[in-house]
Amino acid sequence: MANHTISVTVNGGKEYLDVPSNMTLLQMLREKLALTGTKNGCAAGECGACTVLVDGEPVNSCMMLAVEADGCEVTTVEGLAHRETLRVSENPKGLSALQEAFVEHNAVQCGFCTPGVLISAHALLERNPHPTDDEVREALVGNLCRCTGYLRIVEAVQAAAKAAPETGAGSLEGGAQ
Amino acid sequence: MHASMPGLSTFDYVKPASLSEASRFLVEHDGGARPFMGGTDLFVRMRDGFIRPQAVVDLKHLPGMRDILYDEQAGLTVGAAATMNQVARHPDVQAHYPLLAEAASSVASYQLRNRATLGGNLCNGSPAADSGPAVLVLGGRLVLYGPSGEREVPAAGFFLGPGQTAIRPGELMTAIRFPILPAGNAGRYLKLGRNKAGDLAIAGVAVFGFPDGQAASGYRFRIGLASVAPVPLRALAAEEVLAANPPGEESFALAAAKAMEAASPIDDVRASAAYRKAMVRNLTLRGLREVWERIRET
Repeated sequence: MANHTISVTVNGGKEYLDVPSNMTLLQMLREKLALTGTKNGCAAGECGACTVLVDGEPVNSCMMLAVEADGCEVTTVEGLAHRETLRVSENPKGLSALQEAFVEHNAVQCGFCTPGVLISAHALLERNPHPTDDEVREALVGNLCRCTGYLRIVEAVQAAAKAAPETGAGSLEGGAQ
Repeated sequence: MHASMPGLSTFDYVKPASLSEASRFLVEHDGGARPFMGGTDLFVRMRDGFIRPQAVVDLKHLPGMRDILYDEQAGLTVGAAATMNQVARHPDVQAHYPLLAEAASSVASYQLRNRATLGGNLCNGSPAADSGPAVLVLGGRLVLYGPSGEREVPAAGFFLGPGQTAIRPGELMTAIRFPILPAGNAGRYLKLGRNKAGDLAIAGVAVFGFPDGQAASGYRFRIGLASVAPVPLRALAAEEVLAANPPGEESFALAAAKAMEAASPIDDVRASAAYRKAMVRNLTLRGLREVWERIRET
């Protein structure tokens, strides 16, 4: 089986990696880069625990080959926080506004689905900064949570949306992009 | 099998530079190589152990495979590897083929629609393919490239059985073409799943209608069904009822009963055959009412 040398930008940093054909993007993130925030759930594109952004759009990383990410920009849950533009004194943990909203609204129970939910919700607010509750639920259809019943997740996403200025979701990144 | 992380069986990833190279590779590795675009069906079936290809051939980077082009004479051409989200949000698709946009956005979840492709949905040959009924009623033609060049297959002749299509060895789908639609048309895809969104269809019904002076009733309706037969199909007897009889509750009820007769579903984990048949009747009736309402408004 052939190996492929790929270059991929992960959370803003360029990586040059040697990946086998059958390695999924999820395996690459977790096993090659130790980015274990992204979870392996159903491995069938149903649960969304493995959701990451590829070139700004959410995808199931268990259903994409690492080699397919060659030349792409990948953002994981780790990449939502710790942006250089964060005003650290006001946000000591370095979380994004969306992540903070999940903490404040207790939108996390066991937490296994949370990284994927955050990525999907982040992408939603990027394309639709002020969604309705139905639009939030529709955007999260591919992220199964077995603990929260979703109510607090929807509340947290809406709180983050309301906190953002009318101009867009840029503030979710914690500052100007 | 990896204990901690369900991996994929061993294979080579192949990224051909041209259609002819892709086709040649598929011919040379007949049976052992699988073409793929989004991989949303392929990788699941590989994990489940149904197939174990020696090579997967990535077609989505080939020229034109992701393009969506609209021409006022020629109609719409959708590259086979255009993703469901790309199709659903394309301005020309929304403006001129909203039924196709509706069908594309009914597939699975947002993140899956970023990978799942229109061509892949059709090539997979699933009876439950959500794009099947829309492509059928919109008069879609499937462009296939193979060892003997390019050919076009009407959607009606493409689906042969569960997982079986008209694609021959060495062939790959490059595009889906749609004609310019008749003036005053309206369409609707009604999908019933176990949840409001995100699930495979228990039953899916596409209704497409338009004024037609050639029809005795003055109108022509097309009805496409998914997940209720071995293949996505048109309910032709129901369509004949509507061409012969004026639109209204009476003809709609008769057509819905005919659509139900056209369905030959199976019992499975999602629903019983009897329930599916009843839902074909209900969804057809609802679709006809909605489409007729919109045709009358225009």
